Amino acid sequence: MIARAGFALAVVLIVAVSIGPLGYAVVTSLETGSALFTPGLWPETPTGTNYAAVFAEQPFARNILNSIAVAGGVVGMSLTLAVTAAFALARVSFRGRGLLLGTVLSVSMFPQVAVLSGMFLLIRSLGLYNSLPGLGLSYLMLTLPFTVWMLTTFVRQIPKEMEEAAIMDGAGPLTIIGRVFLPVLWPALVSTGLLAFIVAWNEFLFALTFTLTAETRTVPVAIALISGASAHELPWGRIMAASVIVTVPMVLLVLVFQRWIVSGLTAGAVKG
Amino acid sequence: MKRGAATPLARRRVREAWALIAPMVLVLLCVAAWPLGRTIWLGFTDASLAGAGDAAFIGWENYYAVYGGQAFGVLVDPQWWRSVGNTLVFTVTSVSLETVLGVLVALVLHQRFPGRAWVRAAVLVPWAIPTVVSAKMWAWMLNDQFGVVNAALEGMGLIDAPLAWTADPLLSMIAVIGVDVWKTTPFMALLVLAALEMLPRDIYEAARVDGIHPVRVFFRVTLPLIRPALVVAIVFRTLDALRVFDLVYVLTANSPATMTMSVYARRELIDFQSAGSGSAAATLVFLVIALAAALILTAGRLREREAGS
Repeated sequence: MIARAGFALAVVLIVAVSIGPLGYAVVTSLETGSALFTPGLWPETPTGTNYAAVFAEQPFARNILNSIAVAGGVVGMSLTLAVTAAFALARVSFRGRGLLLGTVLSVSMFPQVAVLSGMFLLIRSLGLYNSLPGLGLSYLMLTLPFTVWMLTTFVRQIPKEMEEAAIMDGAGPLTIIGRVFLPVLWPALVSTGLLAFIVAWNEFLFALTFTLTAETRTVPVAIALISGASAHELPWGRIMAASVIVTVPMVLLVLVFQRWIVSGLTAGAVKG
Repeated sequence: MKRGAATPLARRRVREAWALIAPMVLVLLCVAAWPLGRTIWLGFTDASLAGAGDAAFIGWENYYAVYGGQAFGVLVDPQWWRSVGNTLVFTVTSVSLETVLGVLVALVLHQRFPGRAWVRAAVLVPWAIPTVVSAKMWAWMLNDQFGVVNAALEGMGLIDAPLAWTADPLLSMIAVIGVDVWKTTPFMALLVLAALEMLPRDIYEAARVDGIHPVRVFFRVTLPLIRPALVVAIVFRTLDALRVFDLVYVLTANSPATMTMSVYARRELIDFQSAGSGSAAATLVFLVIALAAALILTAGRLREREAGS
């Protein structure tokens, strides 16, 4: 009996700690004025002022669109480059394959700050400073290594008989990828793509460094730079409103695709 | 498929394979290898990011140089060494806590109980929140005057006066570690849970029939079986923690008490506009992490060999 009560308590504690802070952010986002500064667990007079103000005081809608465009573009580019490479890496044995895979994986260990100045010069020399394509380009360093790695793991799990018939028929590699692999690989593409999307959506350091104007900022930078009249008077209601706006879709996405994301993470880590 | 078979068909397959891999490799050379090489080179120059065209080679001066009996450079900057120390404290503490808590949460989620699917979903929430957002959320909850954390602690009678969570040197480090643990424990729990679910259930049945205490079962049976997955998770988290930037920068800005290696390098590069010494610091960050990765890999190999013999 005591053991069961203890277990129930542990479950309640885990849930409370996990979702409590987000819940409190929602409460704060619905408060203004002096209500903000009395720590209560429920808004006395809920108001949507903060939400309206977030969009009025800065181009926040634009920032959201920027984030979606960059993350979407990065997912598309990463998956296209990775799926063809993964097919070759998983199915054709050639000299240097292990070394190549190891090198690709090691790129995902790169600290972002170690490429910051070099990446800045690259983006500027391409004329892409303070632009979304420039930002997307830099994100490929973050997403491409693990998409290649994860998709290679997934392709390995597909039975070889599937493409052997197609090879016999003399089909080229692109036909095999398109006709044989993509139809069975789409769950893997969903989980890999989601993880890449999340990485690009959450990225902060590159976005902070490679964009300059409010119109090209992505959401994390926009939130980090919301400021008040002075450094000691941060508009917490607004910051929390903006936080809730970008977090709720993300949380829903993760909850809906829970199974895919978990299978992606474990394919990338445990079996790798 | 025979390895190394030199039939014309096999050779064509290899050629096709390289053609398929080439675009990916080319992109990675452009966005990873080249910027890294450029950073390392800039570390040996007196470049500034504003006009990097006229950078001159100055050797090791960004790292260490002596002028008139006084030493300059990143390697003699006390703040650099403090950042290294901060990063190590942060990494060791947060990864240890995450591992223990992650295993505990995974063990709870592995049990069968009503509403388990919902609890699993709830656990994923901190992981789904962007780092910048979770840093802001906690900055607000830890606010010294109006924060809910201080209010709760005062209400419970644990403290007499509000604590300056993000200003006090010791407390701000605790806050940074705490928020990181909150945010990344789900990752650990998920990986451990996936490993737990691959274990055969009959081991537990046998242990229960024999009346062995569950804690003993965990240390004797479960832990050794999930160790490979746990080690992988710890390695990932360690290499991630060593390069931490977002959380520290948003929660405590450039505060010396919590400044990590990445925050230090960014401050040199961007705030001080010193591409030379900033790149030197960034190169050092890269070396530290490469060294950590190499150490971990070697340790893994040695252990494998021991287990094999």
